[in-house]
Amino acid sequence: MPEYRWPDRNERQVLGKRVSRLDGPDKVTGKAKYTSDVNLAGTLHAKFLRCPHAHARVTRIDTSAAESLSGVKAVRVIQGPGKEVQWSLDDIAVVAAVDEATAEDAVRRIVVEYEVLPHLVNEDDLGKAGDRTKPASEQVKGDPDQAFQDADAVVEGEYGIPVITHCCLEPHGQVIDWSGETLTAYQSTQNISGMANQFAQPLEIPAANVSIVQDHVGGGYGSKFGADSWGLETARLSRETGRPVRNFLERDAELFVAGVRPSGFARIKVGAKKDGSLTAWEAESWGTSGLSGGGISMQVLPYVINPPNVRKKHTGIATNTGPARAWRAPNHPQTCWLTFAALDDLAAKLEMDPLDFYLKNLDLTERPDLYRKQLIRAEELMGWREKWRPRGQETAGPVKQGLGLAFHTWGGRGHNSTARLVIDPDGSVSVSLGTQDIGTGTTTVIAMVAAETFGLTVNSIKVNTGRSPDYPRSGPSGGSTTVGGVCAATRRACQLALEELFEKVAPRLGAEPSELEAAGGRIRVKGKPFRSLTWKQAASRLGVTPLEVTGRNISASRRASDGKLIDSGVAGVQMAEVSVDTETGVVKMKKFVAIQDCGLIVNEKLADSQVYGSLIMGISSALTEERIMDERTGSLLNGEMEFYKLAGLGDIGELVVEMWKDAEQDARGVIGLGEPPVIAPVGAIGNAVANAIGLRVPRAPFIPRRVLAALEEKGGLYA
Amino acid sequence: MKAFEYAGPTTKEQAIQLLGAQWEEAEVLAGGTDLLSLMKTFGSTPKRVVDIQGIREFQGIDYISSSGLRLGALATLSELIDHPAAQSNYPSLVQAANGVRSQQIQSFGTIGGDLCQRPRCWYFRNGLGYFPKDASGQDLVRQGENQYHAILGNSGEAAFVSASSLGPPLIALGATLRVFSKDGSRELPVAEFFRTPRQESERETILKPGEIVGEIHVPAAGQVHNATYEVREKEALDWPLATASVALKLSEGKVAQARIVLGHVAPIPWNAVEAARGLKGKAIDESTAAEAGAAAVAGATPLSRNGYKVQLARVAVKRAILNAVMGGA
Repeated sequence: MPEYRWPDRNERQVLGKRVSRLDGPDKVTGKAKYTSDVNLAGTLHAKFLRCPHAHARVTRIDTSAAESLSGVKAVRVIQGPGKEVQWSLDDIAVVAAVDEATAEDAVRRIVVEYEVLPHLVNEDDLGKAGDRTKPASEQVKGDPDQAFQDADAVVEGEYGIPVITHCCLEPHGQVIDWSGETLTAYQSTQNISGMANQFAQPLEIPAANVSIVQDHVGGGYGSKFGADSWGLETARLSRETGRPVRNFLERDAELFVAGVRPSGFARIKVGAKKDGSLTAWEAESWGTSGLSGGGISMQVLPYVINPPNVRKKHTGIATNTGPARAWRAPNHPQTCWLTFAALDDLAAKLEMDPLDFYLKNLDLTERPDLYRKQLIRAEELMGWREKWRPRGQETAGPVKQGLGLAFHTWGGRGHNSTARLVIDPDGSVSVSLGTQDIGTGTTTVIAMVAAETFGLTVNSIKVNTGRSPDYPRSGPSGGSTTVGGVCAATRRACQLALEELFEKVAPRLGAEPSELEAAGGRIRVKGKPFRSLTWKQAASRLGVTPLEVTGRNISASRRASDGKLIDSGVAGVQMAEVSVDTETGVVKMKKFVAIQDCGLIVNEKLADSQVYGSLIMGISSALTEERIMDERTGSLLNGEMEFYKLAGLGDIGELVVEMWKDAEQDARGVIGLGEPPVIAPVGAIGNAVANAIGLRVPRAPFIPRRVLAALEEKGGLYA
Repeated sequence: MKAFEYAGPTTKEQAIQLLGAQWEEAEVLAGGTDLLSLMKTFGSTPKRVVDIQGIREFQGIDYISSSGLRLGALATLSELIDHPAAQSNYPSLVQAANGVRSQQIQSFGTIGGDLCQRPRCWYFRNGLGYFPKDASGQDLVRQGENQYHAILGNSGEAAFVSASSLGPPLIALGATLRVFSKDGSRELPVAEFFRTPRQESERETILKPGEIVGEIHVPAAGQVHNATYEVREKEALDWPLATASVALKLSEGKVAQARIVLGHVAPIPWNAVEAARGLKGKAIDESTAAEAGAAAVAGATPLSRNGYKVQLARVAVKRAILNAVMGGA
């Protein structure tokens, strides 16, 4: 068995290079086919009747007028009389028809009567939650009471961040073709290998008869792991009609029932000694994940920085709203903002530059040295020392400048993954994994690992993903686990294959297999490059039988023989510079600096892209993004992208991204990157706003209404 | 979207024939940037859609320095933005058209369509009409999420804001528009085109079913200092929170004539007559501009969550006045 490891840094030919994503040309020319582009002959279109009430019991349903409409092929009642519906836009019935318009017409002919029940859809005011609260037990560490008594400076504040949604540009959906014994699901998903069972069990069909297909996905962010209730209904319609059925959610349903991020609100008290040492933390937090209560996880509050004395208590609030799903770095963006806002206020009270305050307290983090180095580098890129002014310093004119910072952490250990590697006698190479490229560049990094190992070009590697069960199982793309999983599995498969290939060609080269190496498109004797075969000549030694091996990554394995290919745990520091117009409350991004480590960087260009995308997403949630519910009707008001406000190019300012590339981090192997850089933007931007105007805007997003309310000192969480 | 009949007339006479006596019978399609989204959500369900893009005489932009600017109702926002005479003489119009920060909407959206846009009120767009109420008769806007709603002109039931970007500068510039119907045509000031509906069957303009806006005429503005200032949450495509368009004639450094029109603060473009009158005879500086801003919102009646818009409107007026004079014309 080979010794599994990455090549030394100075020997790498492909890894770490700025390779453009292989699917880029297809995506920009429109050649790439997303699941929502799948158009099978004879496809029927599904439309759902959605509940208009936030909480109601179905008392009567009459589908006859829909059934009798020409072109309607099936009507299914999902929640019939007696069913209690707990959020608006939940599925009540579904129609399959020959085209979308007919399906829509049919849905509108279904008559449903409801007994309307009381609802709660807004959770920002804990005092109004009544019997909807689900308190968790208090957690205490050290002696917070004593620590607050002994503290030289104590600040208390209320901070909040609302529910936001995943807002995938390609909505959730599928095309299901259930013909005979087999079900083929063209699914928009981030979980290719985990999908078959989700259809098989509820539909009582052998998992082996379920195929999953996806070539490209238009966004998931943690919301596309499941088959979803609507996926199962689509499958049932296909079984009933014997035809393929297509279903993609409308935008309002996409925003409301297909994934939201929990909110987080908190009253926080923090205390420190004169020298800035943080000593005490107390927080009462609340939030919602929907009917389950939930909200942010107390486990990561306080965030990254762990004071010696802590008291915390969290209350989930059950709301009649669509259920939360994992949203890029679950819990971290919210608790990062809550923590860094409170600590920034404490630094202001201590009259300390927050940069000094954090440098002082880094021993309370798990990675003091790395954060210190990253803070210093971010300071240079931002020009923090030069630009920073204490809060409340008067400057001329209505537009004020401010700086803020926050930092974060994440795991990102590679998930379980199996790669099947085939070298054909003609020299062609394919790697197949039941994984998915959710826009992160997964297929490109797989090709790079294989190219590096074989000494071939990236374009000569064929990567197969997005099919189950055709390709070996790989994990869902969540938790930033994909890059480590697929790279380690691919590397092992390639090293194993190369070992076998060396054995086949060694006699021809008159050398021992252990003396061979693959480089520059050739198999050659180390130190004697003239004794070599081209890759193609070498592969022809396979005769008529392709060489096929599998390589696995077992996430939990710590066996030495698995080598040091992956690791877990990253840092990352971000700094924001904003301007705030104090007459209008308009916040503008000027500059944003992000320093990010992720172990061994497989492709620096794709790594940069992940950070850019994260920052834009984070800027949206800092400046404009918010789910807005009407308390009286219990319905979603901004269920389209006109008022569900995402940042555009004009809103993001200058983004400075720098990947952390020191040898120490590199030696740790590959670590996931998709999530960590999205964590700190709200904290950094919120603190920059406070620095600019000298007052805390306590709740994101920092829209003019809230900024002006803070300036008039009538802010608070409900502004 | 409800199935509909499509008609593509090439003359205004044909188009008028194709329109109905009721709104439900037919809708006019120009750029489609508003109508299509309304139809997709069943906010509009006409039996027939009359596409007027083929009517040549409603197209184009012409400028004659002595008489002013003629805007075909079908001219797009992009055509306006790119028009040299509009750029040099009517910056308030170009700034307002530029405020629609979407290349696609600028390319497709028409000037007539901008004036005829339906409210963006999220209760209206969710199918609850102009005067949304719950089952118990409670006013959903006043009891609910009214952060983007009207702070002026909201003493009646309607509290949505006019969505028109070009209405305020056109009114400030004293523009007129021509409406065509079976009975011929009539010309009226753009200021009289908008109205606040008092019942669901009314529209936000004086247009009746069977009428089409054909062209807009903006008087010569050689000596008119004019500007539009918008306050918005996003730089990318977004609806402004408040806008102000001003047109000022100066004589010996003092204001001889002024018009100040606010956008996105009332169910109609809001003509701040008192504020404009107050400017007369004064030189423009930071303080007179600020006074005009304060006067423009003196009668504001904000709702529970939109008090901040009073401040935004005040600042928009001040900055529009300063920009108009500093920017020159």
